[in-house]
Amino acid sequence: MSERKLFAHELEARLDEVLLLSLRQRSAEGPAALLEALPRAMQERVLHWAGVAAQTSDDLGWLIASLAAEQAAGLGPRLDDWVRAGLDAYDRSGLAATRRALNEFAEAHRTSSRHSREGIAFTAIEGRLSRFLHALDGRPLKLVSGPRAWTDSETLWLPERLEVAADAPGNRRLYKGIAALLWAQTRFGSFNIDPEPELERWPDREAALAWMAVFEAMRLEACIARELPGLALEIAGLRGPWPPELAAAADKLAQAQATAADSLACMAEIRTVGAGDTPTFPHIGAIDPIAARRVRAARIARELAVVRRALNVIAATDTKAGAADNPDYPPLAAEAGMQAVDPQADLQGDLSALPPAAREAAKSLIQDLGEIPPEALHPAGPGAWQPVAGVEESGVVSVTTRPDAFYDEWDYRRGSWRHGWCHLYEMKAPVGDHDWVDEVRTRHAHLIRSIRRRFEALRGEDKPQRRQFDGEEIDLDAQVEARADRKSGAEPSPRLFIHRRRIERSLAVMFMVDMSGSTKGWVNDAERESLVLLCEAIEALGDSYAIYGFSGWTRTHCDIYPVKRFADRYDAATRGRIAGIEARDYTRMGVAVRHLSGLLVRQNTRHKLLVTLSDGRPDDYGDEYRGRYGIEDTRRALLEAREKGIRSYCVTIDRHGADYLPQLYGPAHYSVIDDAKKLPQKIAEIYRKLTG
Amino acid sequence: MNTANPTRRADVRAELHAPATPLVRLASEPYYHATGDELAVFEAAARSCLPVMLKGPTGCGKTRFVEHMAWRLKRPLVTVACHDDLTTADLVGRYLIVGDETVWMDGPLAAAVRAGAICYLDEIVEARKDTTVVIHPLTDSRRALPVEKHGEYIEAPHDFMLVISYNPGYQSVLKEMKPSTRQRFVALDFDYPDAEAEARIVAHEGGVDAATAAKLVKLGGLTRKLKGAGLDEGAGTRLLVHAAQLIASGMAPEIACIAAIARPLADEADTRDALDDLIRAVF
Ligand SMILES: Nc1ncnc2c1ncn2[C@@H]1O[C@H](COP(=O)(O)OP(=O)(O)O)[C@@H](O)[C@H]1O
Ligand SMILES: [Mg+2]
Repeated sequence: MSERKLFAHELEARLDEVLLLSLRQRSAEGPAALLEALPRAMQERVLHWAGVAAQTSDDLGWLIASLAAEQAAGLGPRLDDWVRAGLDAYDRSGLAATRRALNEFAEAHRTSSRHSREGIAFTAIEGRLSRFLHALDGRPLKLVSGPRAWTDSETLWLPERLEVAADAPGNRRLYKGIAALLWAQTRFGSFNIDPEPELERWPDREAALAWMAVFEAMRLEACIARELPGLALEIAGLRGPWPPELAAAADKLAQAQATAADSLACMAEIRTVGAGDTPTFPHIGAIDPIAARRVRAARIARELAVVRRALNVIAATDTKAGAADNPDYPPLAAEAGMQAVDPQADLQGDLSALPPAAREAAKSLIQDLGEIPPEALHPAGPGAWQPVAGVEESGVVSVTTRPDAFYDEWDYRRGSWRHGWCHLYEMKAPVGDHDWVDEVRTRHAHLIRSIRRRFEALRGEDKPQRRQFDGEEIDLDAQVEARADRKSGAEPSPRLFIHRRRIERSLAVMFMVDMSGSTKGWVNDAERESLVLLCEAIEALGDSYAIYGFSGWTRTHCDIYPVKRFADRYDAATRGRIAGIEARDYTRMGVAVRHLSGLLVRQNTRHKLLVTLSDGRPDDYGDEYRGRYGIEDTRRALLEAREKGIRSYCVTIDRHGADYLPQLYGPAHYSVIDDAKKLPQKIAEIYRKLTG
Repeated sequence: MNTANPTRRADVRAELHAPATPLVRLASEPYYHATGDELAVFEAAARSCLPVMLKGPTGCGKTRFVEHMAWRLKRPLVTVACHDDLTTADLVGRYLIVGDETVWMDGPLAAAVRAGAICYLDEIVEARKDTTVVIHPLTDSRRALPVEKHGEYIEAPHDFMLVISYNPGYQSVLKEMKPSTRQRFVALDFDYPDAEAEARIVAHEGGVDAATAAKLVKLGGLTRKLKGAGLDEGAGTRLLVHAAQLIASGMAPEIACIAAIARPLADEADTRDALDDLIRAVF
């Protein structure tokens, strides 16, 4: 193993010694501090050359030492050439020329190495790599760029740019290798044990973490090899053979039963014999167990609550549900075929009893803990999802004008309607900043063009197809030919008709836009941008569409904002109202669905579609609407819409709450966008799939 | 192949222009690996003269299952791949003008009804809406096919059976099956088989060893996680079988998988590259 690095004070003493600095009243403190970061071999080269130069002149020695401290890291193996070029210049033209020559050499080296290396930017591999990681097993990771490569077990950071390898494919492979090993940290349990007892015994925490990352990389590479041998081979190619003194550890950690504890054992071993320089490998990212374990603990708490809540619902729900026999609307997961499930039963083997979101949470728990902790299986524990009954709304907003309409609301606890319960107001939609729309259209000009092109193709044409066996019209040309053929004794073709291919796009779409307070900021921006893109797209298609915002504040104040009625054109006024959509109050969804489906049903089209854009579950001021009550009421409202021939679809920006969507909209009738930023890019595609 | 009906054989000359319906009689057992109770349910439905709907993603064995059942029940099979230009006449039949005469030509559905065959309408939602309604009288107690143009009302014999397939993964509201249609069928859910069964299928169908088949199945599973994240649908068993066949014929696994799996699944550059990475990772 190589010798350990020299610390700054040691370097300072050595420099002092070779340069006789104390005699000249100079201090090596600055250069020494810079040199501390270099590997030991490099430090020794610098000290060596400083001594050599000092034999010619004290000033030359000082110059070499101080410039080397700054530039050695960049020069790497060319340090010796650099010094020789400097000494050469000194011999010919003196000290000033030496400084110039050294700087020029370093500059030329920088430029040439930049040219000879083809770096890769994170943005160039982001899409490919995030899909790659998404396909791998385990909990999904979010991929972002940052100053160093590491993961907190939910987000994976990679450097902005890599130019370690000589060419672009090499750097691309390196990105993949780094990312794969970080993915493996979360997949194969690097954070499942607490490393602090070991880490605390190291004088230098950074060094300890670096060693931990190396040993874990050895173990994880072997884990990967068992599932994805091709990937492991590629990673091995990135690192070359392990240094001989580490080979034994690598073998040990490659065994199938090795865990993170074994990596810590290797650390303890090396600590007792005295760890030298930490070897650095380009493919090994950093490890930060404190941050990762904090994220992990929060996740475990969150997911325990989800699993527990699902089990509570299973335990608490009675089995006879009203609409359980409608195949399009699966009943609440709790009601659907789950009555047989004993919540205390052993879940470890079979998760299929759980609704999808809870199943994901359970899988994630198993990934973190190796099992679902028994305490999660006690249904009455904290996290019980029980609607708070009988909390009366306080602070009801006083309303002076008469509502535009009253709507019934479904109270699942009573199993009956509350008549005329919701007061609906059609408000005037405020007009926003016109410049904003222009800015969005400019910014997305390219996207808009491509969307329009694709959508125009979708619209298709009413193309007459000639010379068919059968069709709505007679193909005169073919008839004439056939008659001529027959006259001449040749066999006439039987293809004598024109068939018109009809377009069946008779579709009206209502966009119901969540304007609740929680959309403030970025979700609201994303909603508005998406609407602009949608309008551009739908204009190309010719479907009839409307946009209404909704928000409110208790049952006596449910507001609807017409942004674009079916009759409105997509003109400057409409665009202004899109810009004016803003985050307001709460999300009492049932009444909005009832009102808007009433408007939609009057459209004279074959197909009717209600698309909700929202950022979460139904909710209103006071606790009543927040829990199961709001979900049940909204579900009811969607069922009523369905009975009127309206299909519903929901696009949600929601990280946690997606569990209720299958119950509300049915499977495959919603999209969850985890990142609001992506909504504008995705919305047109969702619409195309939905109606294509 | 067999002609539609010996008694109502279309004019010989007409066959020059419009081929008669292919009525397939399966001589040997099509390999099918059952994954649940689908064999029993299908047989019971056949006994009770009930139509069957097969739901599931593409390439998971629906077509193969129908072939297998046709062989098992010893009935001929007529398969129609539905598309958005499929008209009622395409299914039921039409008059052709042959020389100076008009000649009636049975469509595949009419031919199947007459012959007491299994008629398999693959991807029924792709057909035009007005086309779908012609199957209604066949799917209720009437069990008959009215052929208005020909002034005929063909009653289905006991052995006639209607089977449709449907991929609920599509999200288009325009391509949803109406409840009035779907509630006429006994439905069987198809999904990708579990890894072990799928490996067995891939090994058998593709002619590769168990280890290669397992790797292909692993790869298939990874691509299925990309559903909704770059892909509309992951690789079905069919694609895995295709890759296996290329490998069995001597092609390097990576190249075979890129050609048979990655390219058919994705055009978009990032997704395509990610699939290539997955292939390299697995092999
Ligand atoms: N359960 C199965 N048993 C046997 N072969 C299967 C099975 N599932 C899939 N396959 C293979 O996959 C191929 C595609 O299946 P296919 O029936 O055409 O799919 P689908 O009709 O569902 O789109 C078949 O040709 C067969 O090789
Ligand atoms: Mg098929």
